[in-house]
Order: sequence, then C-alpha cells, then structure tokens
Amino acid sequence: MVQSIDRSQGRATGGEIGNASAAPATFTGNRALQIEEPLIFEMGQPGRCGVDLPEPAPRSPGVKDRLNGLRRAGDIGLPGLSEPQVVQHYTRLSQKNYAIDMGVYPLGSCTMKHNPRINEKVARLPGIGDLHPLQPVSTVQGALELIDRLAHWLKTLTGMPAVAMSPAAGAHGEMCGMMAISAALEARGERAQRKTVLAPESAHGTNPATAAALGFIVKPIPANERGRVDLTALKAALGPDVAAIMLTNPNTCGLFESEVVEISAAVHAAGAYFYCDGANFNAIVGRVRPGDLGVDCMHINLHKTFSTPHGGGGPGAGPVVLSAALAPYAPYPWIVKDGDKWHVAEDEAKVEGKPLGRLKAFHGQMGMFTRALAYIMSHGADGLKQASEDAVLSANYVMAALQDVMSQAFEGPCMHEALFDDSFLKDTGVSTLDFAKAMIDEGYHPMTMYFPLVVHGAMLIEPTESQAKEDLDLFLGALRSLTAKAKTGTAAEAFKAAPLYAPRRRLDETLAARKPILRWRPSNNPPETDPVKQAAE
Amino acid sequence: MRYLPLTDADRREMLSVIGARSVDELFKDVPESARLGAKIAGLPDHQGELEVERAFQAYAAKNLSPSSVPFFIGAGAYRHHVPSTVDYMIQRGEFLTSYTPYQPEITQGTLQYLFEFQTQITMLTGMEVANASMYDGSTGTSEAVLMANRVTRRHKALVSGGLHPQYRRIIETAAKWEGFSAVIGKPDVEGLEDLIAAVDKETSCVVVQNPSFFGHVRDFAKLAAACHAAGALLIVVVTEVVSLGLITPPGEMGADIVVCEGQSIGNGLGFGGPYVGLFATRDKYMRQMPGRLVGETVDADGKRGFVLTLSTREQHIRREKATSNICTNAGLCALAFTVHLTLLGEAGFKRLAEINHAKASELADRIGAVPGVKVLNDSFFNEFTVRLPKPAAPVVEALAAKRILGGLPVSRLIPNDPSVENLLLLAATETATEEGMGPLVAALKEVL
Repeated sequence: MVQSIDRSQGRATGGEIGNASAAPATFTGNRALQIEEPLIFEMGQPGRCGVDLPEPAPRSPGVKDRLNGLRRAGDIGLPGLSEPQVVQHYTRLSQKNYAIDMGVYPLGSCTMKHNPRINEKVARLPGIGDLHPLQPVSTVQGALELIDRLAHWLKTLTGMPAVAMSPAAGAHGEMCGMMAISAALEARGERAQRKTVLAPESAHGTNPATAAALGFIVKPIPANERGRVDLTALKAALGPDVAAIMLTNPNTCGLFESEVVEISAAVHAAGAYFYCDGANFNAIVGRVRPGDLGVDCMHINLHKTFSTPHGGGGPGAGPVVLSAALAPYAPYPWIVKDGDKWHVAEDEAKVEGKPLGRLKAFHGQMGMFTRALAYIMSHGADGLKQASEDAVLSANYVMAALQDVMSQAFEGPCMHEALFDDSFLKDTGVSTLDFAKAMIDEGYHPMTMYFPLVVHGAMLIEPTESQAKEDLDLFLGALRSLTAKAKTGTAAEAFKAAPLYAPRRRLDETLAARKPILRWRPSNNPPETDPVKQAAE
Repeated sequence: MRYLPLTDADRREMLSVIGARSVDELFKDVPESARLGAKIAGLPDHQGELEVERAFQAYAAKNLSPSSVPFFIGAGAYRHHVPSTVDYMIQRGEFLTSYTPYQPEITQGTLQYLFEFQTQITMLTGMEVANASMYDGSTGTSEAVLMANRVTRRHKALVSGGLHPQYRRIIETAAKWEGFSAVIGKPDVEGLEDLIAAVDKETSCVVVQNPSFFGHVRDFAKLAAACHAAGALLIVVVTEVVSLGLITPPGEMGADIVVCEGQSIGNGLGFGGPYVGLFATRDKYMRQMPGRLVGETVDADGKRGFVLTLSTREQHIRREKATSNICTNAGLCALAFTVHLTLLGEAGFKRLAEINHAKASELADRIGAVPGVKVLNDSFFNEFTVRLPKPAAPVVEALAAKRILGGLPVSRLIPNDPSVENLLLLAATETATEEGMGPLVAALKEVL
C-alpha cells in the first residue's frame, strides 16, 4: 500500500549530524530554490488521479471472460497524484540537475554541445512522430525518404559506401560492426582462426566488452610517449590470429592518430579489419573522411556528433558506416528505392548479400534520425566543418590557457578535447576527484575524471564549439583559481568538503553498493528511520 | 551560423593564445593524403530554421499519420494518448540536456526519477528489482537471454513461437555471433504451444511472451515450475505494458526475468523508436543484470540521495569482463514513462487497461461478425488475430487506399509461410472510436 508521510512536521535537515555549511537550518529543510523533494511513493493519496478517463464500456451480456482467468488481483502499489502535484514534483527534480542549457559542460568524450530546439519541434510533427513502424510502406514514404537522406549525409561525410541505421546506441553500433567483421571472416572461412581483437589501452570500456561478448580475446596495444598507438608494437601483434583492431580516432586522449594510414595498411596486410570507434568523429567532420583512412566500419554516436539530446543517459543512436568489404553483411532492415517508391528490406528471402541478422525491432531510432538530420541541415556542409574547427580551436585554447598551471598529458595540438594528468596536484593532498567536486561549487559540471586509464588521475576537458569565448574565459579563470588554491598546500580539507552548494554533498557510493537499495519500499520510510542512514551513522 | 558563438575576432585571439597561425595548424597530425581542402562537395550549405522546418513538413506530408485516420495496428508498438504534461516535462532542458548522472551531487533530478522508475517497474511486473531501462523491449529480450546463460552457465535458449518475430530474429542473431543455441518454436497462432516437455538439463532459459504476439493470454506458472525443476530460468516478455493493469503479472507466475517494451506509457509511436525497455528480475540475480542501476544512499550531511551503483558489472569498470557492453539506457524515455505512470497512478492505470480491453472486445465482436472472418483468440488483452478468407497483405493495402490503417498482415513479419498468409493482427486501445471502428468494419466487408 501507498504510505504518506506527515509533511507538516517538516523534514529532517541532517543539521544534527554535522552540516558543513554554517547557514541555519530551515523548518522545511529547503534552501530557497533548493527544495527537498520526497519520492512519489511518499506523496500519493488514494482517490487522486492525474488523468480523467471514461468508465470502460460494460461487457456485452453473455460474453465470457477473455483474460483466460488471469485477471490481476490486489494492489499494484502505484501512488495517486493529481496533475499539478506531478508537474511540481518533476519540475523540482529537474532543478537538481546540471545541464547543457545551464552552462559549460566540459565532460570529455561525451560532447555536450548545444541541443537546438527546432530538432525537437520537427521530431514531433504528427506526420513524423506519430507513425507506426509497421503501417503499410505506401503510407510512410516520407519517413523512409528521411532515413535515406540522413544515410546519404552520413555516407558522404565519412566517405563510406554503406550504412546500417538500426543500432540504438554507440555500444550497439560496436556490436553491429564487430558482428559484420565476424560475418566477413566466416565468409572467408577464417572465423575460427581469427579470434584476437587488438585494442589500445586507452580504449573506451565498450570496445573490449563488445569484442569479448562476441567471443574474441582482447589484446591491449600500448601507447607510445606521444599518446598514440605504438606502431611497432601493433605490427608485432598482428598475425593470422587477428580479426580486427578497434581504434578510436581521434583517440581518447584527444589526439589524432597521426600514423593511422600506416596502421590501417598494416592491419589490412595482415588480413584483419579496422573497426573505428567513432565517438570522437565530431572533431573531424568536414575535414577528414574516415573512409580515406582505410576504416572498414565505424559507429557514429548521433547524440554526440549530431547533437541529439543526451536525455540524462539516452536514448542515443549508433548508425554504423561500412566499407565495401563489410557492406554485404549489414543487418536488416535497410531502405531501398525502387523507381520512385521507397521500400524496407526486412524479408530475408528477397534480398541479396549475407545480412548478419537483426539487432533491433523496427527501423532504428527514428526520433534521433529526425533530430540529427535537422541539425545537419541547419549546419550544412559549411557549418559542420566550422563546428569541428571551433571545437578543436576551443579545446586547444583551453589547453594553452591552462598549460602553466595544470599538467598537460601529451604535447599538442589536441583535437576536440584537452587531457591533463594529476601531476600538478602532487603533494597538495588534493585528488582529481576533489578538484572535480570543487568545480561544482564554482557552477560547472566537472570534466571527465580518471579516463582514459593510461593517464594518472586523468582530467579530460571537452569544451565543444557551443561556448562563447567570454564563457570559456570565466570557466578558465575558475580553473586557474582552483589550481592556485590547491597549490597553497593548505586547502586539501576544503577541497575534500566540496561540493558545499550543490543540492547534495558527496554521496556515499560505497554504502550504496554494499547495501543495495534499488527500489522504494514502505519500510524505507520515514527517512529518519531509514536503515541505510542508521548504518551510515 | 546561429549555433556557433565564436566570432572571427574571437578565433584570431584564441589562435594567438595557442600560438598557431591558422586552424589548419591544429589539424597537422592528420596525414596529408587524408586532409580535405575545401568543404565536402555535393552537400548543401547551412539553412535557417524556417527552411529546415519546411523541409520536414514536406517529409511529413508524404506520410499518413494515425492521428488523422482509423487506426488498428499494434504488434509491439501501441498508440495511446500521452498527456501533455509528459511531453512538457521531458522537454525541460535540465532533463533533456543532461548527461548520464556520473556526478550525483548535481544530477539528483535524473537519479531520483530513475529510482522511482525502477520501483514502478518492480510493482508492475511483480518482480524484486529492476534496472534503469534498456534501449527497448527487443534488445532487452536478447540481453535477458545472455543473462540467463551467465546465471545458469548453460547455452541453450528455448524461444516460444508466441514471441514477436523480430524479437526472435534478434535472439537468433545474438545466438549466431555470441555463441549459444536458440531453439525457435513455430509461430504459435492458436496459443496452444506447450514448451514444458522441451525443457531439459541443458536449457538455460525459456522465452515466452504474454500476451503473445498473436494476442493470447497465457498462464506460465506450470512452465515456471518446470524451468526451475530443470535449473533453467523463465523469461517473460511483455510488449504491451498496459496489459499489466489487468493481467496477472509475470512475477506472480514465477518468472525469473521480465522484459517489457515500455513505449505504451509516455512514449509515442515515433515510427519505431526511441522506445524504452523495462528489465526486472529476482534479487538473487541482481549482480548479473545488464544496464544501469540507481541506488539509495546518504550524503555527507546524512541526507537521502541517489547514485549509480553496482557499476562493477559494467563495461567502463570491468571492460572485457562486463555483464554487457551497454553504456546508455533510455533515460528520457524512462522519464516519459515515469511521468505518465505517475499521472495515471493505481486507479488510472487499471482503468486505462480496462478501457483497452473493452475496446478490443468490442472490435473483436464486430470484426468476428463480418462474413468469412474468424477471430482466433479465446483470450486477449487489446490485440487479437483473425483469419481472413484471403491473403491479408493486399487487404491491408486496400484498406490503406481507403485511408484506414487496418491492422498488420502477419506475413509482413513472418514471410514465406503459407499458414499465416491470411492472418491479420488487430489492436484497439483507448484511442479507438466509433468513428474509426465503423468505417473499418464497413471497408473490410467491401474488400473481402
């Protein structure tokens, strides 16, 4: 049953347990715009409902039960709230989030660029957003044409002959690309023999996870002192057992793999394929075509390069461009044009090639396709190139402006992100984590921390092309001020206390993992008697 | 270009701080053979918002939207009314333009709604623990099979012929490339399939759907018992989550993993995506789950807060030993789901389910009265299968020519199988009206 708590008594503020902030407690526990918000399960009242629905039609007389005797008995446990309560609840929750719309969001590798609202608007046109994926293809000609148009842009921008549109995210695209490589190896009769996938130590965790899921053995390739793949080590690792290399370019250190042409030549000479992790394609759109680098397949994170909203962790979309060697293995479905009519290839018996199968129901992340195409059309060929250049320029500006106070991991120029290690914090007692949390109090989302793994205490800053110079300068000023504070050598405690001004102070992640509470239960209430809290005290 | 704040003066100043003469110098690591001089040819230049919007209106005008015609298609994607509040809420920039909540101090909004979402999913499915969502129901089903293989250390999945055909294809694809065997049942048109005898000591899991692809509502309690006796897991897939307002939840039937397509709540049809996968299991399998999990904890002041947790299962920590390569979930679609379900609440959700069932019952009665048409289902929720006196695909085309989207010919998803050629799958939700049902029945009489 749904329990409610008596809010007239005010909420626990935690003041008794030692609040680092000197500000006096309030009756409500709120601090002006920071409102303490219960869970919906603590707010509901039977008899409230946020929608008005008609009485269901009575069953026709004489009609037997059509539920096979499986009518659900008992309460589900869902709380009842009115519409205004729901609006207030989620509005208050929204105000506890940092977001691109609020300012610099320099999360390296994640590409937190501006999300234009025209993209949201066109995705909601009834003739696009309100279409069933399985209505007759004669009634969705515009939708199929739209997908094909985006596919055309993606192929042209990458210089690749084919694209599989259906993967739902970057990691899903990796799965698609590596399955295509498996399929090509199988066609060559070499699938059993080529079981090794090479990946640089700096690779995204998804690369080894994908390869391992497909039964490959992952062999790490070391980086050289310039932060690039060690070509000699790579050549030594190549052999008749190697299926592919999975290489991010620009790489996760924010650097262009300057020997990529030699890498792809060596990989191909050894009979293996070149999987490119396209997470950082945003740095080079319009300036470099991956097809010219010898790439066999590459996923494109539409939510990074082409700005479909990250949405708090999805949905994404991860179309995969394919070389001529891998194109015959592309998964269902794909769009074909026959005369002036568009069709969907989804019937195995009617197509050529050797499709690897199907990865997702229906036709892919249409809503993301629409947004990405709107972004691409808004920029055009000229704007996309300018966006890449501005992203690279901004990252190099960040690197240059901080090089005297922070420790640049590798010599520049960098591409779209600037990587620092934690040596500038040596002997200060301040860690990368502390430094990041202090940025929160300055009003910024921290940079990516502790990734890539090849750099000690890594801090990866990706400013994107979306920030005005004056906003970047304020951000850089804040970072310089924090480095100066850290280097006094007496500020470690202050850093460890950060953040002080966020909706929450540092959260106990160890406790969360040790005693997992993954759902609300009536016994979780009220918070004062919460067993998690008792355990913490 | 309206999205780019840097002026030429800014760019010059920044280049001088960097110590570079031009932006080309910043790209000097690109091999010369791969450097593009001019912009890529054959692509148009930037356009204003007005021009872009016109282009998309032109695409939209070439489609027939269900909002303007009688509409009765389901098959894994259902048209429901989504309250205005839902779409308003997910367009708030604080939700829309935030990343995965890696910094919990400034992402409690996302973390708390995901915790609410996880709780709602456990309640709907009758399970103990749920994750923060999957890409969609179809990919979630394949992940469930992989999880069952991990839990049981076995490599044979039995897949019901009542499972959505595309879901079955996805499992087959995973089986082929990830190295396990999938035994796929024949299309279970009548809803009479019995998999109990097929469960053996090598079976890692049995995958069934309820209601099935053909609409039948089944009790899987005996199958669950048979699975458990053989050391296998029962995976129950639900493609129409609204059914859980009226039908016994899979958890009460003994399911070990439940996967739902959550699109029906909060998310429009969207031509197939993005949707939201719901994934729930038993506490004892918690650490074998794929995907993100949000857990409750306290902050340095002792206040309740939420964090991503049990991430030692995940790829960014475990790399090649991760439970899955999954990185993102379907965050914003999960928010839409949670806001809509919160608006509905206990009473609204149950009533919505009742209305769906009543509408579909009415449609079945009226369609079944058309001469030559036979309703195959004794049981269904909001979708059922009928046998027509001739192939269904041309009938559906003929209906579309009359601007009626009158169901799905089963042959579209199960091609080259004469036994399903005449079958038509019809769904009716709360959006079905007399103005839609009347013309459908009349037109069907005409074209048959």
